[in-house]
Amino acid sequence: MTAGRGRALPGRALPGRALPGRALRQMASRPLAVASAAWLVLVVVAAAGASSLAPYGPQATDLAHVMSGPTAAHWLGTDRLGRDVLSRLMFGGQVTLLGVAEALVVFAGLGITLGLAAGFAGGWTDRLIARFGDLVLALPGIIVLLMVLAVYPGSELAAMIALGAISCPVLLRVVRGATLAIRGELYITAARLSGLTGPRIVWRHVLPRLAGPVIVQLSLFAATALLAQSALSFLGLSTPEAQGPSWGNMVGEASTVVSQDPWLLVPSGGALALTVMAFGLLGDAVRDVTAGRHLAPPVRVRPVRAPSKPMPGRPKGRAPGTAPAGGSMLSVRGLTIAFGDLVVVRDVGFDLSPGEALGIVGESGCGKSVTVRSLLGLLPGGGRVTAGSALFAGRDLAAASERDFRRVRGSMIGLVSQEPASGLDPSFRIGSQLAEVIRRHAPLSRGQARARAAELLAQVNLPPGTLARYPHELSGGMAQRVSIALALAPGPRLLIADEPTTALDVTVQAEILGLLRDLREQTGMAMILVTHDWGVLADLCDRAIVMYAGQVVEEAAVGDIYASPRHPYTEGLLAANPHRTPAGGVLPAIPGTVPPPSAWPAGCGFRPRCQYATDACAGGPVPMTAAGPGRLVRCIHADTLVARR
Amino acid sequence: MTPATSLVAATAREPGVLEVRDLTVRYHRGIRKPPFTALHEVSLAVGPAETVALVGESGSGKSTLGNAILGLVPAASGTIAFRGEDITCARPRRRRALTADIQAVFQDPYGSLNPVRTVGQTLAEPLLAHERREVRGAERTARVRAALEQVGLSADDAARYPGQFSGGQRQRIAIARALVPSPRLIICDEPLSALDLSVQAQILNLLRDLQGDLGVSYLFITHDLAVVPHIAHRVAVLYRGRVVETGPARQLCSAPRHPYTQALVAAAPMPDPVQQRARRRAYRAYQAADEARAPAAALSDPP
Repeated sequence: MTAGRGRALPGRALPGRALPGRALRQMASRPLAVASAAWLVLVVVAAAGASSLAPYGPQATDLAHVMSGPTAAHWLGTDRLGRDVLSRLMFGGQVTLLGVAEALVVFAGLGITLGLAAGFAGGWTDRLIARFGDLVLALPGIIVLLMVLAVYPGSELAAMIALGAISCPVLLRVVRGATLAIRGELYITAARLSGLTGPRIVWRHVLPRLAGPVIVQLSLFAATALLAQSALSFLGLSTPEAQGPSWGNMVGEASTVVSQDPWLLVPSGGALALTVMAFGLLGDAVRDVTAGRHLAPPVRVRPVRAPSKPMPGRPKGRAPGTAPAGGSMLSVRGLTIAFGDLVVVRDVGFDLSPGEALGIVGESGCGKSVTVRSLLGLLPGGGRVTAGSALFAGRDLAAASERDFRRVRGSMIGLVSQEPASGLDPSFRIGSQLAEVIRRHAPLSRGQARARAAELLAQVNLPPGTLARYPHELSGGMAQRVSIALALAPGPRLLIADEPTTALDVTVQAEILGLLRDLREQTGMAMILVTHDWGVLADLCDRAIVMYAGQVVEEAAVGDIYASPRHPYTEGLLAANPHRTPAGGVLPAIPGTVPPPSAWPAGCGFRPRCQYATDACAGGPVPMTAAGPGRLVRCIHADTLVARR
Repeated sequence: MTPATSLVAATAREPGVLEVRDLTVRYHRGIRKPPFTALHEVSLAVGPAETVALVGESGSGKSTLGNAILGLVPAASGTIAFRGEDITCARPRRRRALTADIQAVFQDPYGSLNPVRTVGQTLAEPLLAHERREVRGAERTARVRAALEQVGLSADDAARYPGQFSGGQRQRIAIARALVPSPRLIICDEPLSALDLSVQAQILNLLRDLQGDLGVSYLFITHDLAVVPHIAHRVAVLYRGRVVETGPARQLCSAPRHPYTQALVAAAPMPDPVQQRARRRAYRAYQAADEARAPAAALSDPP
């Protein structure tokens, strides 16, 4: 129940969700989609208005011009009886499109209702309908159509209804799958608890979300139905020539005289091909526009190669009074990270001594995780370091190539992340995953690697039996121990723990914190802990930096920061902690929320939420200034905070 | 289980809003496996304008209890009474009517709002649901706007989509939705867990203020014992489907008596290095004692 605090759902909170108007605009920006839609509209209008628009009747013969080819009088030529091809195409379109519409209505009606019923009701209804769908799919479509046409000879309606019915399981499955997913959404439960009845929930919450996949299926099926209708008509099984023109029987007729007049095949065949293509392209476009428009954009974590050219604005000096970086193992200066043009981390600097534990604390959206992930070359898609340096073991991690990072990652810097299971491959046993990492970094035999894996498990207090387990067999706490063992396997000098206990229960958290503390004592490795929890920070860290709106706003030894915070944000965030307020009192909350990077104010980033803010705070970038031994603060009112206390 | 009975007895004098007696909930896990008992004869009462916190870790059954009260999971035995009426096996129609009185706020403010419906549309749903012909058009809009203002948002936010709000604001919207039908009881299922610290404090204060103004009762489900003294009058601690300790919030948090509650308190890290050092020692001592006692009889699995 403790899972997913804060940044659990990145990207979902993006403003400007797709509205119908926006979807239309997106469609309009695709020339193929526009052309397809225009063609379909043209076809429908021409067919519907054939009796008034067509230059000739469908059966009007002009024996003087037989198989004439395109002329001024007959734009698309005439057939072997001298009938105008254009007019026949328009009249034939009526039959053909009507057939498609009949099949579509049956297909959509059956597919959507059955799919919704199966997906939303679940249980026996679902099982019955799903089996029914499987059964229908198993029927050979052609044979069913032939049987139907044998019973109703030449009936287009019967054939098209049968086609829609035997194809409906395709849509049924799509709708059922989508409905099942939507049914599990929390807002469906919420709607139920608002007292809405089942049908109302379906109408208001489920159907709108189904539009995308359904439209795609319908467009695909329309193309199929068009071809099927034409094929049957071509074969003379439905709408034979005697009943008037259809695109299918026009193709059929043209094929009989193809050696004398090949042109005759072009108008009818071309109309068919273009319409089928238009259905497909339109479906594609609709899918692209609607698919995932309500979902979070895919969050891909892929390493981004740092720009190869030397970066401008290299080591910016830290503020006066900073300890020299001489004894530090990691020295970060002026680190600036941007996603596209959006700067999310600004001028971050800190030092880490060997064996030291540094905490980075702040709320979600302040740039904590992005900062530490950049040290491993693991910035999410599109992110890159635009300025600054991060010196570690003789390398500048801010300008490192993917190759450099491969050497650093794991072997020198280990990572433990929030979601313990995410680092484990569900299809391999723990033992083989550990052994793989061990052998990647040290030339050991399989047996030796296994022994080392057992040692590592003992180090994180797991029984050796865990080696033979699969990740899904582990509890959250055990999985996090395994990820710590994985991070420790190559013997890193620095462990980055990104919210390592956020997803865990409090008693499990205490165990993991104890473990991390013990490991630090045993191995002497340094640690960077990213957390939003002041308690976790107090437990594990020697020194802390507080981040707000992509900047470090305060840096101090852990003891000092709790005893006398110098930045108003630190003070507010500490005060908001329920532990620090007497029971029953009103919690001193910081008004407002962390602004997104696009809305960071000029001057001090915390200004709009700050009780100490004055006009001077908007003046310009606030520098980090010394505030006592080993302390830095980015606030022009730091002294006021001290005086008030 | 004496504390549990005393909890029921304490509220027996005044008319309770919610009374759960000996509630057992089982989840069926297919034909082969025996059902999993998520709640084991749990008793609990919530009085008018009272907040009862339900504390436990994952798998303790705390959300199951909330869901059982909301009618989302069936009870195997025991009773759930709302203002004296037994609603354990309420028919769907009655259940829908009950939603006017019992509402819920969930943990995930991102999932609990449909992204394609405006805030106003979502908030109007509880009013549509009850076939209340008198709540129409303008009246409905007015109530939605009032609810939004009650939770500290602007009435004009009704026209916006959930995606345009931050997590804390969305949680305010979720609270507004719960308030719209003027319920007597709101089940708050980890309403703070997905929020940042500064926003948590805002929401906690908001819930308290609303209780002061409206006299609504809360069943506040949480894993975080630290917030309990700030919101709850009384607490019940759940462990593996059983209530192991109940009592007044402040008393229970400052002087827990059951070893499991003691472990919970000791495990939560203090936001102060000095206090945390002491607490860590206490937790280690507790663990050592626990191992010596092992198998800890009090924490043993239910059969």
